[in-house]
Amino acid sequence: MTHFSPDMAARARELVSLYPEPRSALIPLCHLAQEQDGWLRPEAMEEIAGLVGVTAAEVRGTATFYDMLHTEPVGRYLVSICTNIACLLGGAEELLAHAERTLGVRAGRTTPDGVITLEDAECLAGCDRAPCVTVNHRYVGGLSADAFDQLVADLRAGRRGDEIPAHGTLVRVRRNGGLRVEGAQVAAERAAMSAAQADRARAAHDASGAGDG
Amino acid sequence: MAVTDAPRIVTSRIGYDDSFTLERYLSTGGYEALRKALAMTPEAVAAEVDAASLLGRGGAGFPAGRKWSMLRRDPVTYLVVNGDESEPATFKDHLLVERDPHQLLEGVLIATYALQVTRAFIYLRGEFALGLERLQHALNEAYDHGAVGSDIFGSGFSVDVVVHPGAGAYICGEETALLESLEGKRGFPRIKPPFFPAAIGLYGQPTVVNNVETMSNLPWIVLHGGKAFAALGEGRSTGTRLFALSGHVRRPGTYEVEMVKTTFRDLVYAPVYGGGVPGDREIKAFIPGGVSAPWFGPERLDLPLGQDEVANAGSMLGSGAITVMDSTTCMVRAAWRITRFFARESCGQCTPCREGSGWLERVLRRIEHGGGRDEDLDLLLDASDNIAPGLTWPPQQTTICVLGPSIPSSIHSAIDMFRDEFLLHVKEGRCPVG
Ligand SMILES: Cc1cc2nc3c(=O)[nH]c(=O)nc-3n(C[C@H](O)[C@H](O)[C@H](O)COP(=O)(O)O)c2cc1C
Ligand code: SF4
Ligand code: FES
Repeated sequence: MTHFSPDMAARARELVSLYPEPRSALIPLCHLAQEQDGWLRPEAMEEIAGLVGVTAAEVRGTATFYDMLHTEPVGRYLVSICTNIACLLGGAEELLAHAERTLGVRAGRTTPDGVITLEDAECLAGCDRAPCVTVNHRYVGGLSADAFDQLVADLRAGRRGDEIPAHGTLVRVRRNGGLRVEGAQVAAERAAMSAAQADRARAAHDASGAGDG
Repeated sequence: MAVTDAPRIVTSRIGYDDSFTLERYLSTGGYEALRKALAMTPEAVAAEVDAASLLGRGGAGFPAGRKWSMLRRDPVTYLVVNGDESEPATFKDHLLVERDPHQLLEGVLIATYALQVTRAFIYLRGEFALGLERLQHALNEAYDHGAVGSDIFGSGFSVDVVVHPGAGAYICGEETALLESLEGKRGFPRIKPPFFPAAIGLYGQPTVVNNVETMSNLPWIVLHGGKAFAALGEGRSTGTRLFALSGHVRRPGTYEVEMVKTTFRDLVYAPVYGGGVPGDREIKAFIPGGVSAPWFGPERLDLPLGQDEVANAGSMLGSGAITVMDSTTCMVRAAWRITRFFARESCGQCTPCREGSGWLERVLRRIEHGGGRDEDLDLLLDASDNIAPGLTWPPQQTTICVLGPSIPSSIHSAIDMFRDEFLLHVKEGRCPVG
């Protein structure tokens, strides 16, 4: 019995096949696991370990380095408020304080109903609309306190489902097939090209009469 | 106001609602540069990039042509595109990926041909959910169009491209950390030497790492020639460049401007760019190139936007992120927030960076929160000096990567320019600005 659903398992196998070494798929596979479970369950880490040929401890050790990978459960919606420099200048600290007050949780925590995890985030590269807010990594714009309250009400009522899908940054990403060219073929072509290039360079060098002759 | 009539090289399509579709791309000259490149020799393509004198747009400003010429010959080589974009207040690659993913792909394909690499990986910041969707969708379209994969456009050249998501870690923008991350590991920067992945990169193979914007310039350079690119700008800073303008301006956003011919003042005040400061307030200071860069006061507004021009004035254009702070800004708070970022994002391998960033953050926090002590300013400068001895610019390298030595920039600038404000914070336990 595998932890990944059949569809997920198929996507996982395709991801692994894209890299010269399977371990490169570790992070993408963690994103898949979060898409399925909302967070990185120990069973998922076991399965990923098997797929990329490392131990489950190595998967955990790697995952904990990255802010987007959650080895503890998080709410259905991860609401991130950037408080870095550009957003700070645009009132981010005030918005974060407002969010903590209205949600009744500190940044880093999840509301008791399990709907929202609030995050005090670093720059999200959306600095022209300060203070930048994302929900499950979807930009919802620079928000006023009122707009924030409306957002929360919408999320709780399930009104933003189309625009803001569940966890997993790859949830709407599909590749139309695996690699198209054989690695060995490519390497042979490149070696031949490289040799031809060296020949041309030598010929040009000779033709220009350069050298010590 | 100098708004030059330089062509838009990388943002020509972003005004269209459907700028990210293959249809729009093809109807605006898309993939013609790739066809042209495939009809040339790889060396001839590389020679155009060299002639363009295209400086890398990721932060360090290393000439792309030179970097390419350093790629060690080997049957297996890689191109890795850096789309990690996490330097605070930088949001230009974000725009290029979401609004013109085919342009990025065409640039990447041109580079794979010129470099004859085995495969290309585009490492995108994991938080770019829409960017990942748009880019993968564009890649799917490009495969169907015959622009990538086996025997591209019947040329006999074959290459695959893989879009790879990161997972939230600023340090993965540093190129060797990025390679570690792409190998499925923690993003620890690699010990140098080797200084360049061109010798030992991904899986130990020779690798070129270039930024998203650097790649996005290539279609134009191939179509119009390196000389035409080099004719724009001045000196070493050729072509146009994207600047991400944020903070206290009326129109924050990403603007493509001709290098050197445009000044900071133009960018901040011209109606087509920043449109000035809200309430026409005074500018107290601005950050010219991302939070790793030393700050400038308003007397530097007339500096041209050129790599060497800004370096000679004691800072850097860095990632092209310009943040304006007006007279209402509390400089202690600004310096504290930037330092907190570094403290959070230090990967922890080097003691000065790991310990120093935490120390500095705690001292700044207590000053900001009214618990500052008389000796705190000296303490800040002292600890900064331990991370970057002499507090010179560019900083001395004491650590594995340059994140560590970049930490003191904002602190040093803030104390240097606004010492009285710091002292008042300490003395009165509150902010004199409000
Ligand atoms: C801490 C740190 C973060 C960096 N972040 C980025 C980044 O997000 N994007 C980027 O392109 N380069 C970043 N760089 C620079 C890269 O190491 C590298 O120089 C660049 O990707 C090379 O591409 P270019 O020559 O086209 O500019 C960073 C460097 C450091 C030290
Ligand atoms: S300088 Fe800081 S971020 Fe860079 S390798 Fe050392 S500890 Fe890590
Ligand atoms: S500083 Fe907030 S999104 Fe960049």
